[in-house]
Amino acid sequence: MMPLTKVQEGTRAVLRAVDGGHELRGRLAALGLLPGTELEVIRNSGHGPFVIAVKGSRVVIGRGMASRIEVE
Amino acid sequence: MPSTLDRTITVAVAGNPNSGKTTIFNSLTGAHQHVGNYPGVTVEWKEGMVRRGNWSLKLYDLPGTYSLTAFSDEELVARDFLLNHKPDVVVDVVDASNLERNLFLTTELLEIGLPVVVVLNMADVARDRGLRIDTNLLARRLGVPIVLTVGNRGQGMDDLIATVAKVAIHGISLPGAADICRKSGPAPEALTRLEVGSGKVQVDYGKQVEPFLERILALLPDEDAARWRAVKLLEQDPAVLDEIPDPEVRREVSRIAEEFAAANPEQTPDTILASKRYETIHALCDGVLSQIGDNGPTFSDRIDRWTMHPVWGVPIFLALMYGAFTLTFGLGNPLMDLIDRGFTALGGFIDGFWPAGSTSPLRSLLVDGVIGGVGGVIVFLPNIVLLFMAIAILEGTGYMARAAFVMDRFMSKVGLHGKSFIPLLIGFGCTVPAIMATRTLESRRDRLITIMVLPLMSCGARLPIYALMIPAFFPAKWHGPVLWVIYVTGIMLALVGARLLRATLFRGENTPFVMELPPYRLPTLGSLLMQMWTRAKLYLRKAGTVILGAAVIMWFLTFYPKPPADYVVPAGFDKTSIAADTHFGDLHDPAQIQSAELSYSIAGRVGRVLETVLRPVGFDWRIGTALVGALPAKELFVAQMGIVFAVGQVDETSEVLRTKLRERYSPLVGFCIMLFTLISTPCIATFAITRQETGSLKWAVAQNLGLTLLAWIVVFIVFHGGMLLGLGGAA
Repeated sequence: MMPLTKVQEGTRAVLRAVDGGHELRGRLAALGLLPGTELEVIRNSGHGPFVIAVKGSRVVIGRGMASRIEVE
Repeated sequence: MPSTLDRTITVAVAGNPNSGKTTIFNSLTGAHQHVGNYPGVTVEWKEGMVRRGNWSLKLYDLPGTYSLTAFSDEELVARDFLLNHKPDVVVDVVDASNLERNLFLTTELLEIGLPVVVVLNMADVARDRGLRIDTNLLARRLGVPIVLTVGNRGQGMDDLIATVAKVAIHGISLPGAADICRKSGPAPEALTRLEVGSGKVQVDYGKQVEPFLERILALLPDEDAARWRAVKLLEQDPAVLDEIPDPEVRREVSRIAEEFAAANPEQTPDTILASKRYETIHALCDGVLSQIGDNGPTFSDRIDRWTMHPVWGVPIFLALMYGAFTLTFGLGNPLMDLIDRGFTALGGFIDGFWPAGSTSPLRSLLVDGVIGGVGGVIVFLPNIVLLFMAIAILEGTGYMARAAFVMDRFMSKVGLHGKSFIPLLIGFGCTVPAIMATRTLESRRDRLITIMVLPLMSCGARLPIYALMIPAFFPAKWHGPVLWVIYVTGIMLALVGARLLRATLFRGENTPFVMELPPYRLPTLGSLLMQMWTRAKLYLRKAGTVILGAAVIMWFLTFYPKPPADYVVPAGFDKTSIAADTHFGDLHDPAQIQSAELSYSIAGRVGRVLETVLRPVGFDWRIGTALVGALPAKELFVAQMGIVFAVGQVDETSEVLRTKLRERYSPLVGFCIMLFTLISTPCIATFAITRQETGSLKWAVAQNLGLTLLAWIVVFIVFHGGMLLGLGGAA
């Protein structure tokens, strides 16, 4: 397990847990980001928000949010 | 029965953001739509009508949402409409290229228990991505009709209308249904996949969840949406819980929900239910969705390599913004001048019906009040229309989401969303369209903060004030730096202000920055024109009426009451031309008469009263009067100063006025005047648009009072700081 922020560009990972309030979890869930979901990091430039691919769409996630998403 | 002949079917159009929902709505309704705000929130709201024979479809465009949780105003508005207005049919626009994600909302809509028609949009994009969807099978499994559309080409619209009518009539069974379907004509066979299954699909939450749902259901009144409510209650949705009238039942439901949460400690209730929902969707799509062909980087991915590049992203963004700015103001300002001249000419024409120098109140009301007021409204139209064209292009192509990505790094530092940058930039041109541009921000909090600080971005109407004042008080080599200081002061105050608002009034957790990146698309000319048209209409109808009303009131305040002949013009009113204790009746010079009239008017009196509060910042009643007179539009400050100083009609290049200003005020006061006009209460148009866009008078009043207070404080500090440093003397 590691935070999503540590995942390199072009790497696939599986979401395990979201450490956040109702709102963050709800928003991620609606976009298909639930525990067990496979995702791919499209862009992680080391600062600023980054982009992941999930269920056929591209999603931008703020760095702060990403640090609270555990993947493996 | 004649009463059944005219039947209106209410239709809610729901769907994910970027699903092409708005395009479908526009294709269906054409220009017959009405944009407004949902009461109490900043969520935009569109209605439209379609007529087919005796039947009308009344369409409501719900805000684009991914689900129906209680986390955003959009979702609350959407679900409030579905639950309380109970539309006859819900049209659910589904992006075919992103099926599973879009079906999340579909299953929620089905749970609410309203008749649903699924629109599978952008089937062409899905095909290009190598996706094949078995629509027959999907329709059978969902138990709802599916209509295939290509929204931006208007394909499938007749089929959709016919299907909606059929579904509405199946439920209400009225004669005449066949008529509509015939009149709309058969849709192209390839696009029609209408199949009604035995019943609607329901998410099976499994034995871990269902018993709890049963227990909650037993406590709720029997209605279509009961199951959906039970699910939300299990997720501990506060809004749904509050809707239960009986406190006893409320407590019992909370207890069951807590029991459920305690029984599943490893996951939160909402996560469990969402996972179950996705499991059902996954099963639904099994055999429906197949991927053929390659799945390499898409066209959008290739463009994103540049637009979201760590180095090139910002310059590309700035270049596009420059383009938008040039379009809005470069093309718009000549048009504004044209409109301005047109209204001046019209005023001159009307003026011609009265003898020269007439003091007829009717002439003044028509020329200065009404024509001036209407002109003041219409003059913004080119900017607004062009700006919204630029925004429609940026949004329609999908670039806006990239802009938010690029700017988020900078904007998040002041607690704002990446997208806030665009309205703030527009604010340098004109605050009114800039405030309208905040509609691109999803969160109400981001919108309100942006609107509150927007007037600090020095708009084009303040430029004439600087153009008058700077050369009056400063040597040529200082002109550039002084102007720069003024603009930068505004920007810094806006950024600090946003930070402070975030930390005080709008405290709380940041809205999670999670945003879908839609694939790039070519917007259609039709939808661009439609957006321009609806904006223009909205502006003229809503803001226009307020601006016009305010302009007429301001006209009254600056012209009335008229001084009697024995009115003693205040001594030293203008020490160079009017002697002390002169009676108004003895004045002959038109400029002096105008000046004395202004001093006697309500605005002049207010200005004098204001002197008490303006004295500590170095201003006298003349500046106070000009500030009051400049409320309709900031650039009027120049003309008002001209009147106050009895130099007649002047513009910002008037050397006579500059000389008078120099005689009376020090450069420090001149600088303070500019600062004050920059920061203090924005123009009436801004007030009106803030009131309209925030949906409440409260925010508009708060903005005005807050900014004026801020202006006073800043100018007080600058004035007294300057005096201490010995800058108070003459230049």
